[in-house]
Amino acid sequence: MASVVNSSSSNLLKGLDYSVLQQCMHCGLCLPTCPTYDETKLERHSPRGRIALMRAVADGELAVSKTFGEEMYYCLGCLACTTACPAGVNYAELFETARAEVERQGVLDAPKRSFIRYWVVKFLFTRPRLLRFVGRTLWLWQASGLQSLARRSGLTKLLPANLRRLEPQSPAIRAKFSHQLIRPIERPAPSPDVSTKPPRRVAVLTGCVQDLAFSDVNRATVDVLLANGCEVHTPPVQPCCGSLHAHNGDLASARTLARRQIDLFNPDDFDAILTNAGGCGSHLKTYGHLLHDDPAYAARAAAWDKKLKDIHEYLVEIGFRKPASSAPAVTVTYHESCHLCHGQKLSAQPRAILHALPGVELKECAEAQWCCGSAGIYNITQPDTAARLQERKVGHVLATGAQTVATANPGCHLQLENGLRAAPSTRATPRVAHPIVLLAEAYRAETATANQA
Amino acid sequence: MAKLPPSTATAPLAAALSALLGVHRVLTAPEDILPYGFDGTAALKQLPACVVFPRDAADVAFILRLAREHRAPVVTRGSGTGLSGGSVPLAGSIVLCLAKLDRILELDAANLTLRVEAGVITQKIYETADAAGLFYPPDPGSMKISTIGGNVAENSGGLRGLKYGVTRDYVMGLEVVLADGSICWLGSKCVKDVAGYNLRDLFIGSEGTLGVVTQVLLKLLPKPAARQTLLATFAAMDAAAATVSAIIAAKIIPCTLEFLDQKTLRCVEDFARVGLPRAAAAILLIETDGHPAAVADEAAAIEKLCHAHGATSVRRAANADEATRLATARRSAFSALARLRPTTILEDVTVPRSELAGMIRAVEAIAEKHDLNIATFGHFGDGNLHPTILTDERDPAEMHRVELALVDIVEETLKRGGTITGEHGIGLAKKPFLKRQLGDQSYELLRLVKRALDPHSLLNPGKIFD
Repeated sequence: MASVVNSSSSNLLKGLDYSVLQQCMHCGLCLPTCPTYDETKLERHSPRGRIALMRAVADGELAVSKTFGEEMYYCLGCLACTTACPAGVNYAELFETARAEVERQGVLDAPKRSFIRYWVVKFLFTRPRLLRFVGRTLWLWQASGLQSLARRSGLTKLLPANLRRLEPQSPAIRAKFSHQLIRPIERPAPSPDVSTKPPRRVAVLTGCVQDLAFSDVNRATVDVLLANGCEVHTPPVQPCCGSLHAHNGDLASARTLARRQIDLFNPDDFDAILTNAGGCGSHLKTYGHLLHDDPAYAARAAAWDKKLKDIHEYLVEIGFRKPASSAPAVTVTYHESCHLCHGQKLSAQPRAILHALPGVELKECAEAQWCCGSAGIYNITQPDTAARLQERKVGHVLATGAQTVATANPGCHLQLENGLRAAPSTRATPRVAHPIVLLAEAYRAETATANQA
Repeated sequence: MAKLPPSTATAPLAAALSALLGVHRVLTAPEDILPYGFDGTAALKQLPACVVFPRDAADVAFILRLAREHRAPVVTRGSGTGLSGGSVPLAGSIVLCLAKLDRILELDAANLTLRVEAGVITQKIYETADAAGLFYPPDPGSMKISTIGGNVAENSGGLRGLKYGVTRDYVMGLEVVLADGSICWLGSKCVKDVAGYNLRDLFIGSEGTLGVVTQVLLKLLPKPAARQTLLATFAAMDAAAATVSAIIAAKIIPCTLEFLDQKTLRCVEDFARVGLPRAAAAILLIETDGHPAAVADEAAAIEKLCHAHGATSVRRAANADEATRLATARRSAFSALARLRPTTILEDVTVPRSELAGMIRAVEAIAEKHDLNIATFGHFGDGNLHPTILTDERDPAEMHRVELALVDIVEETLKRGGTITGEHGIGLAKKPFLKRQLGDQSYELLRLVKRALDPHSLLNPGKIFD
């Protein structure tokens, strides 16, 4: 019934290779892994249900309605369904395309939403220098004591309700951003056992939130690579990877940003291009597909996909050196970033790194692969569901009694930190740390021990 | 079609349902009901009039009475994972979704029973039993999301059928709501119970056509203390078949006796890289469980029998991790196949065990005859095959050949004294073949029962038979 489809005769879902939609055999095995289905037990809120809606849109049986749009944004995009799927459905592409169509048809348009989407997603996150400027301003606000003054004086109570709720969750901005901590090229110390092999040349992507709120993770990434004999290239100004845009229906900006990344990092120049943020990595590995019909970039984008590696993946691949320092015993639990474990299917590698840490006992928490509710900007767009997921996650983490919870994505990191801080607990609040930061600390402890000896 | 508002005929029905259950328990919007228009069966869909979520048997009774007043068909549904179209809605029907009736009601450790609501997930039942040191054996492939109510309605099987039987063997009692809204308890916690007709068994496997199961009383077993897993490869399917016969003849009943044919094992190897020899014609995954000493004896005997009957290799898991790795070969069979083509049709014809090797060869010949890609795996121990047809529902010419091949497979099955469905049910998918298997009089007996219990034919009408 084509008459019910508004606007143009075709839509982005129709333009998809139909076999991507058809690949879903509606067996239902995704349902128990889907946090939104788990919450409501309604098919519409399941991957299988959403794909049925997308297929109905592609078939012209359903209009892209406001309800359809809301459903596509109720999805966390955690991709847990893709791990459970026996048929290998490419849900990431489906839901990005569906969201892009929702934006194209403007069914969710509202003045405030459009304002935020334009200034934050399209404007701010495509301009790395401006983003750093905003980050610096935020840092001044926090470091000057104005933030705590505002909190103490109750000034924050004057904020509108949803901002008031988000304000305590805002990340603590670092005093120094990545480019102030990392030189553009850093070379490993000459190896004592004279190996003839030249060092591996790798590039490190510093990210956006990672750069502002967790520049120490970027520094640690470089340190760990140096300790494993890599020559590390880290350009001081880097574009956003575009995952925020792709996941939020702005595929055009995502393509632009992908081209800028490829312009900055020629894949042929490096043994590997490395990311340490699960969410970015999952998207970064799809440039080949994103730009497959761009004649100027298709070949380089395909080469890019082959070089793009998650830091844990790469370290395990090159056989990273186990740190030898002795360290006091500490129990660590691991929360898997959705886009690391489901998006990139990297589950064993971060654990291999944690297992290699001296003194560390890895204590698994329940539902380690269940979304923490951060999910990009989901905690801003769907605060209630996000808060329930956060509470569930924090409960599992605390139940392990671990002193540290390791996680490899800035969104998860913030979500856990905020959740743990708010949780009533008799013990000290566990530390949240990136596995690579823990590894860097272990290497550092080695040097300290050596110096003492 | 989905954009249409509820028709004027169903609007009062939906309104009456909402009045009782509350608007949140009655779905009518196209975006809400469209995802209930299908189950796990390939290429079947139909939009219902509405979807309702009862809270208990009393709600179900009310819904059924209302449906009778409005002459609206009712299609009961759990998680919608069925593979024969049993929960695919009918036009203008009410989908009665029991997914939210999901409470565990009573674990009785003294009588080894578990009473649950119909919407409880099978996996949860297994876990609840396991946590109490007990065992619920039926393990249908969809157990992570299938509901016990759906398992009862389809009398689902699984990998442990040979030794432990199927869902029916674990149902001691049922709460059933009849078409007229009466609520009946059938069965009890008594192991021996011959009071009146055994009507409980009538509802097991009735595919939602006779009543609505709202509670299930399940039998549990003590958990087997040990388990041993073996994986054997064979250069010929007949050697695998001979091995299976020899194992049974040696008075060993393994809990799992699964096979993959060459096409399946090659797909599995491409997909999961478990180290299967691509040249092998068949592999058997064998698991024995029970008392540790018995398990060790049986595993040794099985290994010997495999070698004696021409196995090219036998791997015996040294620990639980290795057992999991070996089982991966069988577990990933369906996943490996499902990725190859857009449409995957999973068959479940079943033949007497002695006919199995011949039947597998016949399926190969049928695939060749109709120029189709059919891989076969399944449960060697109980004769239940899963010929899996890899196709594309958008290709009408190929789909026509699929239909012809299905007819041939059914023909071959019946010729060998088999059944057209071992564990998926008749539903819509196997409806055309039922009369041939049962014969006129048995077929009429089924219809007689249906008419007696559902005189207005409102419970899942058009399923099993017209």
